[in-house]
Amino acid sequence: MTQWIGAAQDMLQGWFGPVWGTHAWSLAKSLAGIVAVLVPLLLTVLYYQLVERWVIGWIQVRKGPNRVGWKGVMQPIADAIKLLMKERIVPTGASKGLFFLAPIIAVAPALGVWAVVPFAPGWVIADVDAGLLVVLALSSMGVYGIIIAGWASNSKYAFLGAMRSAAQVVAYEIAMGFALVGAIMAGQSLNLTEIVMRQDGRYGFLEWFWLPLLPFFVVYFIAGLAETNRHPFDVAEGESELVAGFHVEYSGMTFAVFFLAEYANMILVSTVASLLFLGGWLSPFPAAWGLLGAPGIGWLAVKIAFFMFLFLWVRASFPRYRYDQIMRLGWKVFIPVTLVWIAVTGVMMLEPLASTAPFSIWFGK
Amino acid sequence: MTIQLAAFYVCAVVLIGAALRVITTRNAVHAALWLVLAFFTAACLWLLLYAEFLAAALVMVYVGAVMVLFLFVVMMLDINFDKLREGIWRHLPLAGGIGALMALEMALVLGSREFGVDGPRSPGAPPAGHSNTKELGRLLYTDYVFPFELAAVILLVAIVAAIALTLRRRKETRYQDPAEQLAATKANRLKIVKDAPAREAPATPEGGGE
Repeated sequence: MTQWIGAAQDMLQGWFGPVWGTHAWSLAKSLAGIVAVLVPLLLTVLYYQLVERWVIGWIQVRKGPNRVGWKGVMQPIADAIKLLMKERIVPTGASKGLFFLAPIIAVAPALGVWAVVPFAPGWVIADVDAGLLVVLALSSMGVYGIIIAGWASNSKYAFLGAMRSAAQVVAYEIAMGFALVGAIMAGQSLNLTEIVMRQDGRYGFLEWFWLPLLPFFVVYFIAGLAETNRHPFDVAEGESELVAGFHVEYSGMTFAVFFLAEYANMILVSTVASLLFLGGWLSPFPAAWGLLGAPGIGWLAVKIAFFMFLFLWVRASFPRYRYDQIMRLGWKVFIPVTLVWIAVTGVMMLEPLASTAPFSIWFGK
Repeated sequence: MTIQLAAFYVCAVVLIGAALRVITTRNAVHAALWLVLAFFTAACLWLLLYAEFLAAALVMVYVGAVMVLFLFVVMMLDINFDKLREGIWRHLPLAGGIGALMALEMALVLGSREFGVDGPRSPGAPPAGHSNTKELGRLLYTDYVFPFELAAVILLVAIVAAIALTLRRRKETRYQDPAEQLAATKANRLKIVKDAPAREAPATPEGGGE
């Protein structure tokens, strides 16, 4: 593997000369990395949507899609073709440029964030020192897609959805940021790889940060639900009162792009939660257990799948929150909880405690 | 010309263009969106100076939070733009004077010895393993700890003042106390009354039903 990579590098340098060859090599390497991350991601998005319909069908004791292909596995392909064929409609009086810019702005950060997400030690497109900050910064850009879509549509329903989404995302971003501050404190780094490696140790899953940072873990996942406008916080779409919220005027592929962004963001929240609180690619079993104890991307996939299932389970189980209660939960419950637990984490990391029995597992390294 | 220099010029042109559009565009929402682009491009320029923490913080704070609230307000405004432009010639002398003063101040700062073109330059590529965030944190919490804490206290006072000025309990608004709602039980909400039937229930036919 490394020989081939070296050979490819030499080949490019032979073609373009020593200066441009280096640039061409880094370009080719980045492009290969992007393809290697985005192709599985987009396939996951495609089939996540089918699995969502199956899981919700199973929870509601009915059959999900089961007609197209074997047991319905071709359903997402059929849906994609249908959306591609549909006409794109621009409402009268819409701000046309912004109307088409909105889905692009929604999807670009949702895909761009994956550049700094590691899948195993060294398996990352850009190993940025402040990786977690980049994740937070870029995922906070996604809300512009929703706001611009709501405003540019020239529709009251879309506009109300955009307003709700803006207020909600800003409220929950603070709690989410504080939850990440806890993970940064415990991991003593902003780099995602280093935070994961700090959860490595003899005790397997007890070493992971979910245990000392349990409030952050819970707050992060619930804030993630709110940030991605998923059930039970999906008042930005709110079918019963706003028809479809911010994307009510979008049809065909422009709608599909919003859909893609939402699901990519759900997978991102699942991945970041797995990396920060569930030890990423580390094995839940002690290292002495041979193959079961070895770290690997398979463990990360299992953890991400668990959170992705949780998204669907929550959607099928809970009624939608009332809007003022969403705000209350964000501002009056989550932010105080995270603030208190940041102080508690600080105390746990102080010296007399950090090296005594239970705390030394996480903070004594 | 290195790729970094090319990236700098592209970002600089985009930044100046976006900043100009902020004040020349007629639509307030468009102006706010151009400002978002200006902030984002400024973050890209900081990245070129290897200040990755500052760049990410700028995007997170200004683009991700402040401008979202700005847009929130601006979108709900119903402004008559013709009326806004009415007094432009009357206010021009004053506005022009202030503008000239600001330009002069900027020229003074940029032209002085400390900030001139011979002053600080990009520190160059940091050595491997160098953490911009760690360096910044060390400076903020050692050398500059008092100014930093002072700034934090001023911000806190501003938050408290802003809330104190705008918070008012409106009498006509009805509030719900979630704790009270959660404490409600069957015993204090529901009363079962035993009542004798007014007439005999009709006999249902065998094997019938609804």
